[in-house]
Amino acid sequence: MSATNTQQVESRVIEALASFGPDESQITRQATFEELEIDSLDLVELAQIVEDEYGVVLKGEDMKELKTVGDAIDLIVARASS
Amino acid sequence: MPRRIAITGLGAVTPLGIGAQTLHERWAAGVVGISNGAGACSEFEPKDFLSVKEARRLDRFSQFAVVAAGEALADAGWENQVPYDRARIGCVIATGIGGIHTVESQHDVMREKGAKMVSPLGIPQYMPNAAAAAVAMKYGLQGQMYGVVSACSGGAHAIGSALRMIQYGDADAVVTGGAEATLTEFGFACFNSMQALSPSGVSRPFDARRDGFVMGEGAGVLVLEEADAARARGARILGEVAGYGSTSDAYHLTAPEPTGASAARAIELALSDAGITSNELSYVNAHGTSTQLNDAAETAALKRALGDERARQIPVSSTKSTIGHLLGAAGAVEGVATVQALRHGVIAPTLGYEVPDPELDLDYVPGEARELPGANGASPLALSNSFAFGGHNVALVFRGPGSL
Repeated sequence: MSATNTQQVESRVIEALASFGPDESQITRQATFEELEIDSLDLVELAQIVEDEYGVVLKGEDMKELKTVGDAIDLIVARASS
Repeated sequence: MPRRIAITGLGAVTPLGIGAQTLHERWAAGVVGISNGAGACSEFEPKDFLSVKEARRLDRFSQFAVVAAGEALADAGWENQVPYDRARIGCVIATGIGGIHTVESQHDVMREKGAKMVSPLGIPQYMPNAAAAAVAMKYGLQGQMYGVVSACSGGAHAIGSALRMIQYGDADAVVTGGAEATLTEFGFACFNSMQALSPSGVSRPFDARRDGFVMGEGAGVLVLEEADAARARGARILGEVAGYGSTSDAYHLTAPEPTGASAARAIELALSDAGITSNELSYVNAHGTSTQLNDAAETAALKRALGDERARQIPVSSTKSTIGHLLGAAGAVEGVATVQALRHGVIAPTLGYEVPDPELDLDYVPGEARELPGANGASPLALSNSFAFGGHNVALVFRGPGSL
């Protein structure tokens, strides 16, 4: 995936996470889902958006490993490239 | 002698606005909460009360319940400290239909984008127990907690269940009520097909021209506490739930049994549960839907249960004349309205009642609000009725605050 697309994925993920409740200014790559009060149901919704828009499938086991916003962005980009 | 149950907090979100006091004042002033054939909670803005995260996880009916419960708990003086062991505080919230807004929107998602795109928040929002769960979660209530389902009498059944829970000793306090939000195109279509709704969009209970009910939405919540405990903590007592009676018509899916026999029995059971006779009643808050069938059957039931002569003496008014029919929330919102009538000593009128029906000859409080008669000097008592599709009959007796 090109740098532009990584940027697009990053903005889309941040936009999606912001729609779940947390303040957009708090959503940085380093922020943990726990700090942002993003729970497993939110991550399922994120996975749906990602599959619908990027064709990337994120399963339950994948989501469990994700701790930060950066983890999610990196995983999506990696899967999209493969 | 069963334990006496005090009411220490009231909350409401209704087509008349936000708040239990707003409900009472505007109804007593003769304000009509219905417009364009529906009782919508047009003053309700989720963002005034709920965070983005909270609001998106709550169907509209649960939003109403959470906000009404918040008001009731603050009213009870619980916001800084919960006065009982949380494991001994119950939560029972009724609904008729549950999260239909969510059912419809997620069904649309499935049709338009496929099953895989259905939100994981669908079921948690539309399940009918969602309002009870949301109230319990937000306010930390850890006793017996569930939803109650009996259509237009659910809210009253919830109060009855809460009463018994404390009387039996399973709880020291219960947050109870009902919530409903079914003002969708499909909701209207369903009720219209049954010819249950007023084609004129006018709610005029007991009037000769009544032609169906007007659908409303909203929630009513009451905080009930065991009376000795409420007094011991210095609670401000708003009233008392004094009696509860409930029966089943076993007659028809939607029409009430016309002699009102089973409904009358529910009323008699409630009076007996309260240890009173009809002589002690100062007011009846009717189910009064503005349908030909209910208002006639209810009048028959009142005469059977209270006695022909006494029934004609006691003022009878219907909250549905101002806010419409709130379905599963009705019994609870009307319970709130009845408690308000007793504590403020004001009976609000049956709005829109102008042309008497010769068959219905009770005093339906036409025109303006009036003073609630104090009955025999002790705390005044009132009866609140709720009857439902399916043949459910519920009667509650409320008492004013003075004797606790």
